[in-house]
Amino acid sequence: MNSVTAIVSILLAGILTNNMVLSKFLGICPFLGVSKKVNTAFSMSVAVTLVMVIATAVTWPIYTFLLVPNNLEYLQTIVFILVIAAIVQLIEIFLKKFIKPIYNALGVYLPLITTNCAVLGITMLNITDGLNFGLSLVNALSAGLGFMLAMILFAGVRSKLETADIPEFLKGLPITLIAAAIVALSFLGFAGIGG
Amino acid sequence: MKSKNLNILTNGIIKENPVLRLMLGTCPTLAVTTAAINGIGMGIAATIVLVCSNLVISLLRNFIPDKVRIPAYITIIAGFVSVVQMLVKAFTPAIDESLGIFLPLIVVNCIILARAEMFASKNPVLPSVLDGLGMGIGFTATLTLMGAIRELFGAGSIFSLQLIPESISPMIIFLLPPGGFFVFGILVAVSNAIAKRQGKPVVEHLGCANCPARAACKNATLDSEQSVTECVAKEQPAVEQEEVEAKKEVKPKTKKPAKQPTEQKTEEKEEKVGGGDE
Repeated sequence: MNSVTAIVSILLAGILTNNMVLSKFLGICPFLGVSKKVNTAFSMSVAVTLVMVIATAVTWPIYTFLLVPNNLEYLQTIVFILVIAAIVQLIEIFLKKFIKPIYNALGVYLPLITTNCAVLGITMLNITDGLNFGLSLVNALSAGLGFMLAMILFAGVRSKLETADIPEFLKGLPITLIAAAIVALSFLGFAGIGG
Repeated sequence: MKSKNLNILTNGIIKENPVLRLMLGTCPTLAVTTAAINGIGMGIAATIVLVCSNLVISLLRNFIPDKVRIPAYITIIAGFVSVVQMLVKAFTPAIDESLGIFLPLIVVNCIILARAEMFASKNPVLPSVLDGLGMGIGFTATLTLMGAIRELFGAGSIFSLQLIPESISPMIIFLLPPGGFFVFGILVAVSNAIAKRQGKPVVEHLGCANCPARAACKNATLDSEQSVTECVAKEQPAVEQEEVEAKKEVKPKTKKPAKQPTEQKTEEKEEKVGGGDE
């Protein structure tokens, strides 16, 4: 029962109260760069979620069973980024070879993810928060879903902005950032839920 | 020669300010600038990594095989990030606490990889170090400015020095995430307005378009109609112009074809695996 509560609270926190993009500022690049259309935003966030969960599934055991027993915790940054880079490549090759439809849909986004701070960030946060393996996976999943929610909502907002009459000096990136501020503001409203 | 070097140094501070002009490193810019001092801390940490990694990558530029250069750069950068991380933890634990996860995340900070790829891999040691230093100072200055603005409105102080009387309650929203986006949006608008007045191109879009990943974007989306393409296409002139300038200022020893790193990486891995393509 306890674990169910833990899972639910992690899911809620990841998706709403501690949203990856809008409250932790991880993965801003894809959030601003790939959010012009709803369908691309969706594909990108599916790819990010997939990589996050798989990266957590690999880095957590590496940290716990390889780095900690050997007192090599300080290698965390190097090991994690290299492992993630390798995983992204492997996922790409695997999808290309075996699950062609998914590759066609997500393949273009995978190379972007290697240097995405959201993925490295979530694997590190799982370690710093001291979550166990199962909860780490849930956390990665919830962060991915939160990322997806933010991306899709923001893509919707941006498609409205396309036709809006914007003051000259705010056109382009500034208005996008200000729109992001308002979306982030709406997410502050969830702050009470997690307690 | 001296003025050329000086140009490279000042280039990153104003003309090609990494945050406001090149749109690199937005994550830390938004996240850590709740106080001016955090901006300085983050900026200095990133500057050290930037200078060191540019130095080493420039030294090794003729030895790193083209195909594995991105992983090689990442490893070098990650090494320096770990060093800086340990130094900060040991000497300024308070800064370490306020920067939190964003200290190790310097490793995926676009600025560093982008400068390695766009500058240090093509130029001799001294210009590369100066480029790193200039970019680092530009990054630090922008972060500090943004931190100061947010701190002033959000807490009524700058560098913990109370400027607005306590009787006026500060607008805490500036310290919260929406405030970060808002202040950054306004700063970009101001920088765009200044650029426009000087007849320079305005920053309209962002992806990690200036990131090394932009090559991946380009590669990846050539065949699809996605927005990344538009974004990259629009961003491209700025990058090219910059590269041209870099070439003008310092003659690159190694001329690299404008290939896409990730494609190469993929190809190489595929070769190892044994032909992943159908």
